[in-house]
Amino acid sequence: MRIGVVTFPGTLDDQDASRAVRVAGAEAVTLWHGDDDLKSVDAVVLPGGFSYGDYLRCGAISRFAPVMRALVDAANGGLPVLGICNGFQILCESHLLPGALTRNDSLHFVCRDQRLRIEDTTSMWTRDYAPGQEIVIPLKNGEGCFVANETTLDELEGEGRVIARYVDVNPNGSRRDIAGIRNARGNVVGLMPHPEHAVEPLTGPSTDGLGFFTSVLNSLVSAS
Amino acid sequence: MARVVVDVMLKPEILDPQGRAVQGALGRLGLSGVKDVRQGKQFVIELEGDLEGDRAALMEQLAGELLSNPVIEDFRMTVEQ
Repeated sequence: MRIGVVTFPGTLDDQDASRAVRVAGAEAVTLWHGDDDLKSVDAVVLPGGFSYGDYLRCGAISRFAPVMRALVDAANGGLPVLGICNGFQILCESHLLPGALTRNDSLHFVCRDQRLRIEDTTSMWTRDYAPGQEIVIPLKNGEGCFVANETTLDELEGEGRVIARYVDVNPNGSRRDIAGIRNARGNVVGLMPHPEHAVEPLTGPSTDGLGFFTSVLNSLVSAS
Repeated sequence: MARVVVDVMLKPEILDPQGRAVQGALGRLGLSGVKDVRQGKQFVIELEGDLEGDRAALMEQLAGELLSNPVIEDFRMTVEQ
């Protein structure tokens, strides 16, 4: 299996995302923002960072990068896509996922090991978790407050599309403690905390994040 | 030459923590009776020639797609030719 990891100018976490892909047992393929070639990968990770310096709005300029034109079409066709942190912001700006990420309600950048509850295990990126399973992975954001109108929030809840929720502490004011969501089909997932930083005991608070990467591999295997 | 001004504001139902912080600072600096503060952005775009036809339509479209995010923001565009 080949999983693409996109690098935009200002991306930080592409190396860790690639490493997580390899730890999970797949080949990591470098994708470049200025290139509309997805290199026939089986899935794509949009990693965290500050693409285009977060100028204008987080993810607003990345959304129009050549690679995103190809990616939006592919995602609408079923390609698994995981957006982490800045990647989640890009997915919302691209309207592949509803809502938006705005400034943390505290106005502070927050960096902590965050407890989450996995709420949906039907998505291509969460099937290896147990429903209700609690995990601890790093969270680091300044604009991680998930907002959407009440109708959209009710739809997300009603359709089981909230994939993870903050437990103990809501670090950024996200509506209904939402940490991650998926699209209706379940192939596109956005998550504010960072599973790619929690795949090895040496460097992470846990190895709880690995499940996102093994999930997509198992989803691809069972689909083929 | 056309001068386009696009004002972008968070929708009323979206929490504006920056505006709230400014509201607190105004009060601490002695301004009484501050009921609410909302912080927005302004883009000033200078263009060669008049803005009309397809270019005017594209400008309006980009104000709604690039300069603002319709999920959380409203924009108002004014053009001086």
